[in-house]
Amino acid sequence: MSVKLGVPSKGRLMDKTFDWFGARGIGLARSGSEREYSGEVTGVDGVELVLLSAGEIPRELAAGRIHLGVTGTDLVQEKLVQWDQKVAPLAELGFGHADLIVAVPSCWVDVNTLDDLDAAAAAFRARHGFRMRIATKYHRLVRAYLHEGGVSDYQLVDSQGATEGTVKNLTAEAIADITSSGETLRANHLKILAEEPVLRSQATLFKSRIAPLEAGERETMRLLQDRLGL
Amino acid sequence: MSLAAIKEKAAALKAGFVDSGAQPVDCPVLLPADTLLDLYGEDIRTRAFLTHDPVRGEVILRPDFTVPVVQKHMAEGAEPARYTYAGEIFRRQEEHPERPSEYHQVGYEVFDRADPAGADAEVFARFSEVLAPYGLRAVVGDIGILIAAVAGLEASEARKAALMRHIWRPRRFRALLDRYAGRAAVPSSRAALLASPDPLSLAGPMIGLRGAAEIAARVDALRADAQDPPLPGDQVELLEALVRVSETCGNALEQLRDIAVDMPAIAGAVDRMAARCEALAARGIDVSSLMFDANFGRTSMEYYDGFVFGFTARGRPDWPLVASGGRYDALTRQLGQGREIPAVGGVIRPGLLVDLEEAA
Repeated sequence: MSVKLGVPSKGRLMDKTFDWFGARGIGLARSGSEREYSGEVTGVDGVELVLLSAGEIPRELAAGRIHLGVTGTDLVQEKLVQWDQKVAPLAELGFGHADLIVAVPSCWVDVNTLDDLDAAAAAFRARHGFRMRIATKYHRLVRAYLHEGGVSDYQLVDSQGATEGTVKNLTAEAIADITSSGETLRANHLKILAEEPVLRSQATLFKSRIAPLEAGERETMRLLQDRLGL
Repeated sequence: MSLAAIKEKAAALKAGFVDSGAQPVDCPVLLPADTLLDLYGEDIRTRAFLTHDPVRGEVILRPDFTVPVVQKHMAEGAEPARYTYAGEIFRRQEEHPERPSEYHQVGYEVFDRADPAGADAEVFARFSEVLAPYGLRAVVGDIGILIAAVAGLEASEARKAALMRHIWRPRRFRALLDRYAGRAAVPSSRAALLASPDPLSLAGPMIGLRGAAEIAARVDALRADAQDPPLPGDQVELLEALVRVSETCGNALEQLRDIAVDMPAIAGAVDRMAARCEALAARGIDVSSLMFDANFGRTSMEYYDGFVFGFTARGRPDWPLVASGGRYDALTRQLGQGREIPAVGGVIRPGLLVDLEEAA
């Protein structure tokens, strides 16, 4: 049997992951055609490359179907309850940086902190008869963050894409989303609250605490970690 | 422990409450979610299971019986009323995956206007009696005293309303208190806003449902708040002394009476506590050894606004409360749309009692 390494199956995240392993003498490559999701590993024996959507990698690690996986801290913490008991971060890979932040319309000159957001939410509910809507796809993380910050009288509405547009389209009053440069936010007349972000995320190599290792696999894992300088 | 044993225990507890005059009630497992969402907001999603029904919209797996029992009573009940129920409730356990997400509760609820102190004592005494064989540790509290203290502060109505809104979020309450007392620095963004003669002129394009008038109204409110004098230091100290009270009922009452000398706003609430202690003693409760904690019920029991109580298992710090309850007049006001009925009640977890019996 082999040690299974899960890597995002497309885009910049895949390319940069291949580069990171390549710089440490482990060659990762897609095999076959562009459309076929299988890969090959050179430079170390007994490692199998599994190409997956970045969003599925946390679940596969927690289920023990892969031993190692590269994905964002945001996805691991959002999708896995008690994530630190299921996976262990081995290395931050230094790319895929993004902060999960809460943003409100720039015209809300009176709202800059969570304290402001809570007060504005209370007044909003009294005036409009429903709770202030915050659009996001990171429900668990954002709810925990706002709970921690003592914000009430809000509701989360699900937005799986183009979240920055929800305020202008009147389907939400504020948003919580991943941002790297903040340009999209500015273009949509939104500003980030002057608080610590919900989460600072980057691409990270995780090890499953669940996946069993046979004797041979354990040796491969040791060798691989050695090669990666971990 | 077997499910049969738990159900048997639940049935026996319920039968005991029926024997003492309570009317058995039942409630659906699947409830419309809007009432509970309205009461608890987003936080209910971390504590309960919500799902979607194609016809009824968002529905919730019964997270407790209190809300449906109050609704039932308001719709069809006659006063005074005593109810008992037994059944499964469903709670998400993200923080404690080792705890069950489905468990049994047996409850006893009293809707009685005539004698609140007597009703409080009746519920607590019934629970003490039923739970006596298990050697549990009881603790009581009284959210009403804290509510009275906040209402009596020398502060603007807006500040009191903000504190009142966060009584059940102690950390946020504390942060607000620090700000109103002038002990926390004004955030730089707030200072800049207050210094600007016409902040809305810098707002840029107006987007979203929250309009310019609402933003201007809050700016005005912030300006007014900045003119408010800080909360007097002695009042803040008294409030802090109040939430620190953690003593046997007799000593706690004495400390609270001392505080009431300088904080007369709580005198009525302290008198009500004294009346409750007398009513408890009249029902045979040893008030001199019963623990009172002024903070009890502030974090986990958002709808309780008066007497609160809990029973914990000795030597089991990892366990949730084996039984808990309290007074929830405000909840009936909120659900009653203009009507209200003083109400007090509590629940017991028969599964934990079975565990204790098996460990014994």
